Amino acid sequence: MEENIILGLDEGTGPFLNTRRTRKKIRKIAGDYGMAVNPQVKAWQLAVGQQQRVEIIKALYRDADILIMDEPTSVLTPQEVDQLFSTLRTLVDDGLTIIFITHKLDEVMEISDRVTVLRKGKTIATLDTSETSKPELAELMVGRAVVFRLEKAAGQRGDEVLRVDGLQALNDRALPALRGASFTLSEGEILGIAGVSGNGQSELAEVLTGLRHATGGRVLLGDEEITNRSARAIADRGVAHVPAERIRMGTVANMSIRENLMLKSYRYRKFSHGMFLDKNAANEKARQAMIDYQISAPSDETAAKLLSGGNIQRLVLAREFAGEPRLIIAAHPTYGLDVGATEQVRQVLLKQRERGAAILLISEDLEEIMSMSDRILVLFDGEVMGVVAADEAKIETLGLMMAGTRQSGGE
Amino acid sequence: MHAPSWLCIERRPLPSGRTILTVSVIAIVAAFVVAGIFFALFGVPPIEAYGTILRGALGSWHGFAETLRRAIPLLLIGVGLTVAFRALFWNIGADGQLLLGTAAATWVALFSGLHGPIVIPAMFVAGFIAGALWGLIPAVLKAKLGINDVITTLMMNYIAMYLIMWLIHGPWKGPTMRGFAYTDKFPPAAQIPTIAGTHVHWPTLVLGLVLAVAAYVLVNRTKMGFEIRVVGENPHAARFAGISQLKTTLVVMLISGGLAGLAGVGEVAGVHMRLLDPNQISMGYGYTAIIVAWLARKNPLAVIITALFFGILMAGGDVIKVSLQLPFQLIDVFNGLIMFFLIGSELLMHYKISLRRR
Amino acid sequence: MGWESWFISTFSRALAYGTPLLLGTLGEIYAERSGVLNLGIEGMMIMGAYSAFVTAYTTGNPWLGVLVAGAVGGAFSIIHAFATITLKANQVVSGLALTMLGIGLAGVLGRKWVGLPLFSSLHKVTIPGLSAIPIIGPGFFKGQTLLVYLTMLLVPIMWYILFHTRIGITIRAVGEDPATADSLGVNVTRVRYLCVIVGGVLAGVAGAYLSLSYRPAWTEGMTGGMGWIVIALTIFAFWNPLYGLLGSYLFAALYHLSYRLQTWVSPELLKAMPYAFAIIILVIVSRGTLHKRMGAPAALTLPYTRGEQ
Repeated sequence: MEENIILGLDEGTGPFLNTRRTRKKIRKIAGDYGMAVNPQVKAWQLAVGQQQRVEIIKALYRDADILIMDEPTSVLTPQEVDQLFSTLRTLVDDGLTIIFITHKLDEVMEISDRVTVLRKGKTIATLDTSETSKPELAELMVGRAVVFRLEKAAGQRGDEVLRVDGLQALNDRALPALRGASFTLSEGEILGIAGVSGNGQSELAEVLTGLRHATGGRVLLGDEEITNRSARAIADRGVAHVPAERIRMGTVANMSIRENLMLKSYRYRKFSHGMFLDKNAANEKARQAMIDYQISAPSDETAAKLLSGGNIQRLVLAREFAGEPRLIIAAHPTYGLDVGATEQVRQVLLKQRERGAAILLISEDLEEIMSMSDRILVLFDGEVMGVVAADEAKIETLGLMMAGTRQSGGE
Repeated sequence: MHAPSWLCIERRPLPSGRTILTVSVIAIVAAFVVAGIFFALFGVPPIEAYGTILRGALGSWHGFAETLRRAIPLLLIGVGLTVAFRALFWNIGADGQLLLGTAAATWVALFSGLHGPIVIPAMFVAGFIAGALWGLIPAVLKAKLGINDVITTLMMNYIAMYLIMWLIHGPWKGPTMRGFAYTDKFPPAAQIPTIAGTHVHWPTLVLGLVLAVAAYVLVNRTKMGFEIRVVGENPHAARFAGISQLKTTLVVMLISGGLAGLAGVGEVAGVHMRLLDPNQISMGYGYTAIIVAWLARKNPLAVIITALFFGILMAGGDVIKVSLQLPFQLIDVFNGLIMFFLIGSELLMHYKISLRRR
Repeated sequence: MGWESWFISTFSRALAYGTPLLLGTLGEIYAERSGVLNLGIEGMMIMGAYSAFVTAYTTGNPWLGVLVAGAVGGAFSIIHAFATITLKANQVVSGLALTMLGIGLAGVLGRKWVGLPLFSSLHKVTIPGLSAIPIIGPGFFKGQTLLVYLTMLLVPIMWYILFHTRIGITIRAVGEDPATADSLGVNVTRVRYLCVIVGGVLAGVAGAYLSLSYRPAWTEGMTGGMGWIVIALTIFAFWNPLYGLLGSYLFAALYHLSYRLQTWVSPELLKAMPYAFAIIILVIVSRGTLHKRMGAPAALTLPYTRGEQ
């Protein structure tokens, strides 16, 4: 721990360490602010909450005046949150200034003196915490903008395609990301998953597509249980995945459009003879796909890395929807796209909905969720806060749910 | 990169085939120039030196035979390495896999009790299996435990080397001559036919050419090859597509190790006709083949050309020793220089450097 | 031979052969701790051996030879550093190319020096007093060159620097998580360059020991694969100079014993041990927490570019 704290710090003692003095100073700082520490422990041995404490001590050791904390409680247990808050209060009493970034309104109300609401990069308002309330903040967070509702046909809901029961999963840091989420999804409907990023959405998409292990609960596709089956098995059963990271995960940059289109279907009979790839079939399909999805590029041999963001996404859509999937998991599908591409992606998804596919739409853009979905589910901290019908949803309600207040009602 | 203000460095999105070729040629030429300086330091004008090498290696039938002899193992191993490199598996252990191939061939030839025309095919099969198994060990370690492939394959080289030495000093010991141990000579049935008067064991050469084409087809036209390429280009996308990294790694090393094993069979049954000291057999083919595969830009067909090129260079080592009284180690220097300039020039491939106009 | 003299000669030979191994290992530990794999040690060692021999032969001063060897090793390593850190070339290929280059160059240049006797080799010393201790005395303190003892002294110094000074923290941070170190103001490039050069210098000195003391002569290929053993020993030492000392001397002792024990254990199998052990250690260490505690620096072989994920 002590090594991490003094890394890169020039204390004027040259190359040599005065370990005793360092430890004394660390212990003093920790003691002043009510943190129990052992300076000699290794960083990887610490729990995340304690690692965070190391960061705080590191700042204090360097005589910081301002501490900026970015979503600090997302990795903490409730007890650790309490400890953190009492530490922060002591620090503030001592004259330290703290900027605390969070989307959890409970925390804002509990710990802050003043609160500034940012939306889409703009400051919306700055208020004294004592003079505001959670509903007011929620409204400021999501805005009252008129939501542009897309022209869409009334949904024809069919049979249930997906059932998720008490799903649990850990994130990359081995902390719970999904804490027992349950919902259903039927043919021909779009279920929008709303919520601030980092509340379990990406883990949900990964578990459903076989890229992450579920530690509890069940996932049923139609009648079949697909919990923890391999990505290949799930894809073979008609599940399409439009990944959030379309360049890193969804395409192979150095391969051609044609080969990218084959990424999942190369092993099917229509693309292969025995162990050989059927180049002609692949060419045909590629050319057709480029027309159907308006992928603009010199030829189907063009490397994927040369395509614009919009074209890459069109490529991904063309590939994923080629097999007429029954379930589509679309994660942040319009993220980073220009207006034209965004519009097109949305139209494609709506067409798939008309065809009868069940679509799970994950997005941080609340307007998009509200205009595209038939039903809206809000995820907060790995739990389902509530499910409402889209045409009845009120933006303020959604905002509250996204910020941690559970709502009853809906479906 | 922090570039000086008068230099403009832009990243090239995709190096064209022409760029790759140009840069490779520049690299080799640079190596030639620097090596030429060495020749000059020894009192031999570089042009004369290069001329002698070319004449010696290609001008006479005997010279060409020597070139071919060197090129055969380079071809086999090089092809295997291109497959491994495509999946980003750094197989530095080709020498060791080659040696395992020699051991297997020796066993078939001397101790298996097989006779007649079946011996030679049996040796090849055994050699392939032995090399493949030797290569599978580091593959499993990497795929299942994430252990660095460079280090494991390197270590396996030495274990293989000592294994062979133990065999020739111990259980398989034959006559000893001047302190060198080696096994008995292979019976005629186990000797791969060579072109008369040379060491060119042509069946192995044919095998190499066939396998080069096969490897090219595998990588570019089969499902397995597609998986290999995706794993090498983007492991995340491979996982996303449901491709098993474990399976791919194993297949790739099976092929690469097996091919190196075949090279070993060729060396021991086509050239030496007995199992000898590992250093005399492998002669660093496994390492030189790395440059061969690198220069071929991971294309199995191009290996045919680059293997020949390095065959010329290696044969050239003998030539300059005899004709020019120059130390044959200059060829090692040459190899090292080429390798260096190749990797140094890769930067040029991905970045376009031009002068910024004020 | 009585077991007493057997002991003594084993100790003595272990020290002798272990010293160049130890020097090389110490250097490679530093290089790898900063995240750079240097497979060019073999080439640097042999160039060191060559330049030391030539210098000592022509100037009659063996210590000058040691210095020159270090400089040559360092110069070679700068090439490797430049290729892998600045040009971000593949560390494996660069190291192998350097080894080929070094071996070839040494072979070429060394031709006319083969077989010449060296009269100005490093003197063997006997430490008074300590050498009188029974068994250990003659084993450890008699008939070794000063370089051996200097190397032994180097071990605690390098250990201390690596684990108990600011510089050591910086080096280790650069090897584990260069992005974090960079964010805290550490110049990752400079640290890595320095560590690679240290590795090169020590490799050169190791080579010097071979040609000036262990076997005072120049023969082609006299390093005999020592560089690769160093790579294995680095792993065996868990990247810690203290264990490096243990490993080097242990290996050297086994090497010497392999000839003596020929009747019981085949020498070849003994020689294959360090390589097999290195792999076994890698397997053991690959499990979870053990990996973090004793495993390779996390950023080993990965070039670092600011802002690149």
